[in-house]
Amino acid sequence: MTSTPTAPTRTPSPVETGTGRSVGRPLDRVDGTAKTTGAARYAAEHPHPGLAHAALVHAAVTRGRITGIDAAGAEAVPGVLAVITHENAPAMKPPPPVSVLNLSSLASGSSVNYLNTDEVHWNGQPVAVVVAETPEAARHAAGLVRVSYRELPATVDFAAEEGNAVPQKSSALQSGGARKGDAEAALAAAPVSVDLRFTTPPYHHNAIEPHATTAVWDGDRLTVHEGTQNITWLRDHLALRFGVPVRNVRVVAPYVGGAFGGKTMVWAGTVLTVLAARVTGRPVRMALTREGVYRTVGGRTPSAQRVALGARADGTLTALIHTSVTQTGRTGGLPEQATSQSRHLYAAENILLRQNLVELDAVPNTPMRAPGESIGTFALESAVDELACALGLDPIELRMRNEPERNPVDGKRFAHRMLREAYALGAERFGWSGRTPEPGSMRDGGWLVGLGVASAYHPSWQMPANVTVRLSADGSVVVRCGFHEMGMGGATAQAQIAADALGVPFEAVRVEYGDSDLPSGPGAGGSAQTASVAASLLAACEKLKGSLLALARRSGGSPLRGRRPGDLEARDGGLWAGPAGPGETYAAILARAGRDSAEAAVGSDTRVGKVTGQLRFMSKLLRDRRRWVKAACGAHFCEVRVDPDTGEVRVSRWLGVFDVGRVVNAKMVASQLRGGIVMGIGMALSEETLVDPRNGRIMNPGLADYHVPVHADVPPIDVHCLDVPDPTMPLGLLGVGEVSVTGVAAAIANAVRHATGRRVRDLPVTPDKLL
Amino acid sequence: MRPFSYVSAPDVATALRAVADDPGAKFLGGGTNLVDLMRAGIEQPDTVVDITSLPLAEIGERPDGGVRIGALVRNSRLAAHPLIRARYPVLSQAVLAGASAQLRNMATVGGNLLQRTRCPYFYDRTAACNKREPGSGCGAIGGFNRGHAVLGVSGACIAAHPSDMCVALAALDAVVEVESVRGVRRVPMASFHRPPGETPHVETDLSPDELVTAVELPPSPTAANSRYRKVRDRASYAFALVSVAAALEVRDGTVTGVGLALGGVATTPWRARRAEHALLGAPATEESFRRAAEAELAPATGLPGNAFKIEMARRAVTATLRRLLTEGSPA
Repeated sequence: MTSTPTAPTRTPSPVETGTGRSVGRPLDRVDGTAKTTGAARYAAEHPHPGLAHAALVHAAVTRGRITGIDAAGAEAVPGVLAVITHENAPAMKPPPPVSVLNLSSLASGSSVNYLNTDEVHWNGQPVAVVVAETPEAARHAAGLVRVSYRELPATVDFAAEEGNAVPQKSSALQSGGARKGDAEAALAAAPVSVDLRFTTPPYHHNAIEPHATTAVWDGDRLTVHEGTQNITWLRDHLALRFGVPVRNVRVVAPYVGGAFGGKTMVWAGTVLTVLAARVTGRPVRMALTREGVYRTVGGRTPSAQRVALGARADGTLTALIHTSVTQTGRTGGLPEQATSQSRHLYAAENILLRQNLVELDAVPNTPMRAPGESIGTFALESAVDELACALGLDPIELRMRNEPERNPVDGKRFAHRMLREAYALGAERFGWSGRTPEPGSMRDGGWLVGLGVASAYHPSWQMPANVTVRLSADGSVVVRCGFHEMGMGGATAQAQIAADALGVPFEAVRVEYGDSDLPSGPGAGGSAQTASVAASLLAACEKLKGSLLALARRSGGSPLRGRRPGDLEARDGGLWAGPAGPGETYAAILARAGRDSAEAAVGSDTRVGKVTGQLRFMSKLLRDRRRWVKAACGAHFCEVRVDPDTGEVRVSRWLGVFDVGRVVNAKMVASQLRGGIVMGIGMALSEETLVDPRNGRIMNPGLADYHVPVHADVPPIDVHCLDVPDPTMPLGLLGVGEVSVTGVAAAIANAVRHATGRRVRDLPVTPDKLL
Repeated sequence: MRPFSYVSAPDVATALRAVADDPGAKFLGGGTNLVDLMRAGIEQPDTVVDITSLPLAEIGERPDGGVRIGALVRNSRLAAHPLIRARYPVLSQAVLAGASAQLRNMATVGGNLLQRTRCPYFYDRTAACNKREPGSGCGAIGGFNRGHAVLGVSGACIAAHPSDMCVALAALDAVVEVESVRGVRRVPMASFHRPPGETPHVETDLSPDELVTAVELPPSPTAANSRYRKVRDRASYAFALVSVAAALEVRDGTVTGVGLALGGVATTPWRARRAEHALLGAPATEESFRRAAEAELAPATGLPGNAFKIEMARRAVTATLRRLLTEGSPA
């Protein structure tokens, strides 16, 4: 077994070995009842006395200067309180420049200082906000605001601009390329090769909860209800933009109705709701329409990619070339790391990776579930499948022959890698050996049947998290951390972890999250939240047990006198010397000491503490990344049916086998992995944001025309996790949130190739491409 | 949404008078299309006349063996009705292929007849659209037109008719009964919808003050063997790229009866008369089906975005007839 963990070993604690009672169990989510009964209040559902409602006016030109605004018609609408434009809006501080010493500076979705400028940078940029007594009046009045413009030339056509792309610069967090040997020469010399071009369209997140904000000013104190993926960034950003101290801003986000990256950054709707509340002196709510989300919140960049592979006749890869062109907006947007997985997946002798960028006059792109790897795996894993066809090799066999022992581009060690096991188990469970390799050779009635595989890959990250844990004499435990619950089950998972770390029942633990008044948590991004909080939570629980032991040792009569922390295990609500040894409950320790509770904290929320924490985080991150390559990975198996008359593709069966390290809650993990696969099915078959190449306007800003999968498009999805901890990650956890969307589109395209003999290289795989 | 007055009409006469006296008035049925269009600011009626209380929700057998469907019959009820399922399975199937269960529970037969196009340029008030704003141009012809028509198009408009139900009604020779203060008249499906020509904003034969009161289906032995095939980008809740409503009667290997209509490819529910003509009396073979499909699509004109529909429609027609021949109506 080549994937035996290679990291150094140490004595694992019971919680790490899974001998605790909660971690690993498929428990129901703690917020399930509130969500299914409607008791959970989302950002647009918080009542406030005197609440007013806001609506946006969007620019109808792509680039230009506003020459005049006629708000008379809007102002005459009964119930309208204010029409705020650049002509009358109070000044806001501009979004800050990005600095690695202040991660909050990454929060701006765009550098545009909304309503503080007459400049229009994209078609749909907000140019006014109307505040009224009702949402209906606000929206009606918004439609009556007349804006005139002086139009300026704009660059909006991604396909036309592809040739003008420039190489992406590397940064501390992301590399724009990589080179090993001479891949072009090796490709030219390879006896078998493929050299393919792939394209992916723009996509949008389409969270079930469109972006919404409720903002309440009380003097210079601001409270914001917002479904955000990053409470800390949002709080810091608003404090800076509105010139108030950070401590005056409170962000409350107990429930987030899906986000997928679309609620990571701070977008216009949020800032302008806060502005509207400032201007009117009223609490203001703005719930964006679905169209409003498309026009003001970034989506996933389109891409054009080249993957070229050269191999010897036995399948040994001699050359791997992966280049990409993606877009950013002129006023922001993150370069998408489309070649990321190509650094890690195959032991090619020569490798050339290069990411290129074009800048368009468009709403800045933003992270969307597995930015980079989701579209990058489509190209790479399709090309590998095509190479298998060219070689006459089974596509799994080709992958196994090129499975690396060490990270291919630089020889770093893998912290953990179980792709071989994933494929072996998957092939057995899926019945891969029943696949006849010849295209079109499998049928079911009138349908052509195809089977395809592809690898999933997503890097694992860990962010700083401040956590406090309090244990009370009645046995209850409260974990406090300002992390985010967007549906993944974070509170449930952390309660399970705390329960085992302290040896208390799961039901005794309550987790407080989603509020900037809590210790500062990590953002929900990069599939890093659970591991990041778990690391601090485990440390806090150790500190807490140490404090309790110290209390016990100081007070006479404790059976724990003279014991050292290493001798003790936490179970049955207390500390005990081994399975049968002496010990006592936390309640007894606290009672003897005359205390109601004990508390431990990890991380500091002071200004100095935060800077120190971030510096420590960055240095640990860079040190860690020099030593290890950490990632979740997996193997997708899918079966499709293709109608030979019409080209319609239906996915009929799915199995994903994943290495996500230790599984905290099998039910929630499977659910999250399944969700990623559903999103991947949409990406593969039906989703596409239509950006008119003439003016950059999004033409399908709604769920009727942007086709996310419906239930009938989703087959039964079998998910299996290998459940082996990563030795370098807290509790052995690898990220779960994004890995399963990667590879899905390729697995489908590969299955379609098997069913029809046709290789579709341009997503989505719609029926017209198979006629 | 622009503020408007709301009137609930207790009977047909009141409804007709309300609209006759007010050129800014519109009838409101299930609202599944009108309310959406009002929200988008495309429709801006001064008055909405709610007709859902009118006694027009019956489905009944006619003395000649045909069926009369009240204009306010909800789509879901129409699709489930035993008479429709037994005698006109293509209609039941077509209705079920449209929208979602929730929408079908609200949408009425009369409203479905008057459903407006889903062209994105029609829906976007910043875009040029001759249908929404006569003379402003057509955003779709040089823009996104993958969902657009290849038959019945003009230089002014290529918007596809979105209805599934209407395609089945066209194949079944349905007749639309309409009423106004001037009286009742009957309009065959074939002339109910108008191709865009130079006036794409005029979509039907209806005058603004006329109310659809019923749809009549003539008796048809052919219709008992019929099916609806809808090709779309996802399995449900998507408009047709191509759809085919087909009824077929074959005796001794020869086509003795046929009704054929296409959706998704034309500016109106497209009765496929050329194909029907080619099929009647021809041997019921794959080759005849293909030839009929080719005849129907011969006048089609595609743009880069939608030219694929021509071949897709040929294939869908052929496949649907083949399936009717070998399997008959769906169970």
